Amino acid sequence: MSKALDIPTVQKVAELARLKLTDDEIKAIAGQLKAVLENFEQIAAVNTKDVEPLVTPTDLKVHFREDTVVVQPDLDAFLANAPARSGRLFKVPPVV
Amino acid sequence: MSSNHPFGSYEPVIGIEIHAQLSTKSKMFCASSTEFGAGDNDHICEVCTAMPGALPVVNKKAIEYSIKMGLALGCQIRDRSVFSRKQYFYPDLPKGYQISQFDLPLCEHGKVEYILDGKKMEVSITRAHMEEDAGKSTHHGEYSLINLNRAGTPLLEIVSGPDMHSPQEAAEYARTVHKILRYLDVCDGNLEEGSFRCDCNVSVRKKGENIFNTRVEIKNINSFRFVEKAIEYEILRQIDCMETGEKINQETRLYDPDKNRTFMMRSKEEAHDYRYFPDPDLLPVILEEGYVEKVRRELPELPLKRAERFQQEYKIPEYDSFVLTQEKEIADYYEKVVKASGNPKAASNWVMTELMRELNDAKKTFAQSPVSAEQLGAMVMLIDKGTISGKIAKTVFAEMWATGKNPDVIVKEKGLVQITDTSAIEKAIDDVIAANPAETEAYRGGKEKLFGFFVGQVMKATKGQASPDMVNQLLKKKLAGG
Repeated sequence: MSKALDIPTVQKVAELARLKLTDDEIKAIAGQLKAVLENFEQIAAVNTKDVEPLVTPTDLKVHFREDTVVVQPDLDAFLANAPARSGRLFKVPPVV
Repeated sequence: MSSNHPFGSYEPVIGIEIHAQLSTKSKMFCASSTEFGAGDNDHICEVCTAMPGALPVVNKKAIEYSIKMGLALGCQIRDRSVFSRKQYFYPDLPKGYQISQFDLPLCEHGKVEYILDGKKMEVSITRAHMEEDAGKSTHHGEYSLINLNRAGTPLLEIVSGPDMHSPQEAAEYARTVHKILRYLDVCDGNLEEGSFRCDCNVSVRKKGENIFNTRVEIKNINSFRFVEKAIEYEILRQIDCMETGEKINQETRLYDPDKNRTFMMRSKEEAHDYRYFPDPDLLPVILEEGYVEKVRRELPELPLKRAERFQQEYKIPEYDSFVLTQEKEIADYYEKVVKASGNPKAASNWVMTELMRELNDAKKTFAQSPVSAEQLGAMVMLIDKGTISGKIAKTVFAEMWATGKNPDVIVKEKGLVQITDTSAIEKAIDDVIAANPAETEAYRGGKEKLFGFFVGQVMKATKGQASPDMVNQLLKKKLAGG
């Protein structure tokens, strides 16, 4: 029932997700995505008229934080996994 | 100037998105500090660096501040609002998405009123929603550097309707929103530090048309003057395109104040697909019954209302009322002076001229003024009671500014009490007349302009302390009766 995801659409989605895919991968993924979309279409087919959209399945209420500052004892720990750093800054490939 | 804009047969259509940083101590979803100017990556934690498994927890104060501002903008407050994920990739956004609000924002359907050139204007507020700020990236050619101190700082994005039709209207709208934020004390309003940023959406249509043409977004303008100039430049650029038949592209542009022009930042032709969906890490924000009303009751009087009240209650001119209400601090100070002096008009004059000039020169705020409102009020009272003249009051004020002493103490210490003793003034007048026979004769011969000369001489002889009214009166009598 779902029309197969065309190659340009897969390419666009890959681009938005910053994924570099080979032509073979794109073809394979187009098929996989079709299956995924079909599952959602099955869900979408359910009549939800008069049903309020569900944001969360729980009855829990949101928990708020008081506005207080907590200083981290070991700031370097947050930079420890960075592939590259310069002083205390994260170093990344050029973006502009 | 506002409505008679110089754009010929074209009409600009302008809407503004304002990002206001809420002045909480900690971030929107974690306990890291929001303090400006910290060392590189000093204010980070597992949440705002997006460590796996870290979960966001909503800052209560950020919600309170957002509701306050929403109410001040006349918005409806949703008692159940939802945080959504806005996905895009940029290295200063560590999670790969920004937590924002999408279809169920906290505040909606408000309006802002302001006065421009004596006319009351109204701009609709489409929505005001909460979101988190991204980090800061700096670019160095071969690489970019990322500082996440700002990542996760709470923002309120205030979106206006496309209701403005001139650069002046747009700038005044932005100033008004800024003023309200400062009144509520929910945003420090610091433009240089990026606490208040404007994105302006500009399009142009033929007058009388009711369509929206392709719009251009001018991003991150951080001064009201630049809001006006950037929009003006962009309007003229678009009119030029329409005249020459050039296509106007939907794009994001930046404003260069040095060159006074806008230039393209990125094209929006390939519109962002943000793939919003409710953030499963955060439950809907459900406000307790009565909470919004409680916040509403705590709202201070807002600037425009206060200015209008000042005009009615204190009978001061419109211009004065706006100057005195531009900051809550100033208005509070002024009202204390009024209370202490019982003379609203004189209080307004002293606050607006002497005090504001000194504060400006010393780069001080009203809170840092060495002269308290009570002291200034007491000084105005001394003038009204005739203890000191208006002229001497300037000396007293300068002394109060320098020493912080009370005005009555200064008057006593320096012997500045106004001379209201008739015989003392008459004696001074007699001396002046005797010392200036030629001028006296000329005056009596009809050269009435010389009267000012005599006043000056008498005031000089009494070191400025003689009551000016009495000098005038007695001098006239003496000069005429000689």
